[in-house]
Amino acid sequence: MKPKVAFFDFAGCEGDQLQVANLEENLLDLLGQVEVVSFREVMKEHSDNYDIAFVEGSCTRLQDEDRLKQIRKNAKLVVAIGSCAAIGGINSLKNYKDLDQVKKTVYGEHAALFDSYSARPIDAIIPVDAYVYGCPIDREDFLQVVKSLLLGKKPETPTYPVCVECKKNENVCAFERGQFCVGPVTRAGCNSCCVNEGTICWGCRGLIDNPNENSQKEVLIKNGLTVDDAIGKFRLYFGWQEAKR
Amino acid sequence: MKQSNVEVNVHHITRVEGHGNIYVNIENGKVEKCEWNIPEAPRFFEAMVVGRSWSELHHITSRICGICSIGHSLASLKATESALGIPISEQDLKLRKLALHAENLQSHILHLGFLVLPDLLGVGSVIPLATTNLNEVKMVLQLHRTANEMSNLICGRTTHPQRLIPGGFSKIPSMKELTLLRKKLQDSIPNLQAVAELFSSLAGKLPNFKRETEYIALSDPSEYAFYDGKLASSDTGSAPVKEYLSFTNEYIVPHSTAKWAKHVRESYMVGALARLNINYKRLSPMAQKTAEKFNLLPMNYNPFMNNIAQLVEVVHSVEDSIRLINELEAAGLQTQPDYNKPDIKVKAGTGVGAVEVPRGILFHDYTYNEKGICTKANCIIPTNQNHGNIQQDMNALVPQIAEKTQKEIELALEMLVRAYDPCISCSTHVTKIK
Repeated sequence: MKPKVAFFDFAGCEGDQLQVANLEENLLDLLGQVEVVSFREVMKEHSDNYDIAFVEGSCTRLQDEDRLKQIRKNAKLVVAIGSCAAIGGINSLKNYKDLDQVKKTVYGEHAALFDSYSARPIDAIIPVDAYVYGCPIDREDFLQVVKSLLLGKKPETPTYPVCVECKKNENVCAFERGQFCVGPVTRAGCNSCCVNEGTICWGCRGLIDNPNENSQKEVLIKNGLTVDDAIGKFRLYFGWQEAKR
Repeated sequence: MKQSNVEVNVHHITRVEGHGNIYVNIENGKVEKCEWNIPEAPRFFEAMVVGRSWSELHHITSRICGICSIGHSLASLKATESALGIPISEQDLKLRKLALHAENLQSHILHLGFLVLPDLLGVGSVIPLATTNLNEVKMVLQLHRTANEMSNLICGRTTHPQRLIPGGFSKIPSMKELTLLRKKLQDSIPNLQAVAELFSSLAGKLPNFKRETEYIALSDPSEYAFYDGKLASSDTGSAPVKEYLSFTNEYIVPHSTAKWAKHVRESYMVGALARLNINYKRLSPMAQKTAEKFNLLPMNYNPFMNNIAQLVEVVHSVEDSIRLINELEAAGLQTQPDYNKPDIKVKAGTGVGAVEVPRGILFHDYTYNEKGICTKANCIIPTNQNHGNIQQDMNALVPQIAEKTQKEIELALEMLVRAYDPCISCSTHVTKIK
């Protein structure tokens, strides 16, 4: 029997589920291996009977915790897809601001009507079995994780930084071009895609498990940058991870 | 008429982007309640960007929406470039127009093929169609893949583009790559015509409903406006984009959940149908022919025809992209340095950027201090502008179909909401009143 899979979303842009819809012909192959029983973005049917739950988006409200716990209860495996679900992601930018002020900025006098707390990855609420990193996730990466899970293996995740891939791609280092890049401490697996496209690594895959902070500091000093510069850049995606450290 | 009691309660409508609920209660044939509301978790982008640098805003605001990330990036870049007085070249302007066409194609094809077609064929999703209508599904997938490849080529990626930066592009495609893209676009035309035929054979399933409303879109005398133009209303004519707040007038609805918008009527509509109604004459020749085939001519007041207006725009985007590539070729594509980073002088300023994204007109409005740090931001998203119009359409539609069965009413209302192709996670600010 084909394993039943379901997709769920919390606070996020749904760009990761879109990558699944964007699998094109590979999507047809995938549908040959699994049975999709819930995917609100593309189907009307819904069932709570599933083996693998793919969850996109951060948890940003108390009321969403119950829904997450229910998903955990129903599923044999829970997979966090995308930065918001896997590491808190860009949503955690607001965690460094006064929450009342944040609400007032957007909703003025009606601010009090909104529930919202610090944005967090889903593993702050429930145990997670596998992660697909990135903002958005990479389609190939997603397929690899799905394949591993279907074979009963734990998906492999790089523990080295983006710099390793970037060097292999023979990019000119962003620091040498006078830009700030968080590639030295960001988890690889993206094939340094943003630097390949002429920009910098923004850190969307999150901090590696053991970032070499001394080396990062050396790079900063060598390039005349301050710790404040670094903190600002780190907060773009690492907000939740940094706060936990 | 039968005096019926019907309750429709669609919690989290499916096959739309984001979370929305429909609630209708009919007692003795009388509509007691009819509500469209939005329980999406608010994300507070306008507060998140305060304190961030001009060089990051397009990257951050792209994350407002996965489906319209190219449009958000471009509205954001236009606002930043306007505030800081950053020029862009003619060539980059053309490439950005190609970027918007790519997104329009991606999004419209996904909506029509994956989200609307199942309703017209009486199934719950595209998945069973992969067995029953494999040829049609393959055609849609081919068009969608071409649109995605186009986004990749122009923007670096299909979602959350990397190459779009203040002052231009960090990297541009080669003429060889653009020529190859043009070939793919030309080759997709027969498939496109076949998809148009398919929709033409099913168009009778779209409810024949009509409600006069106001339409708002960008408009430009030289082309069917997506990237630039003046603000135009079907009721009041045009105005400069910087006066957008006098058009959008956001307000709060006591019974429901969203910050809505109105101009001179109770509500207005933005999106493909609004653009078509206002800018019909500037559609490409093949697009006009497609519109005629469906008898979709301005002014058309049937919101369900927004689906067909999207189909017409798909044809336009393909044809206009071919034209843009021809122009780039004729002018001779100028190369630029690797890791291009335009030289930008930072200053204090305020700027508004408006672009037409698949679901309608999008505004980003930023204020920067002298260090180029954002001190204030406002983003007004198409779907938020449409919420009021969806509600008004429901109010008009439900009494007309009140004698139908619960299932039929539910389907008609779901189809109405889907016709707007709402993009709810996009809603940067959603208001919830208890």
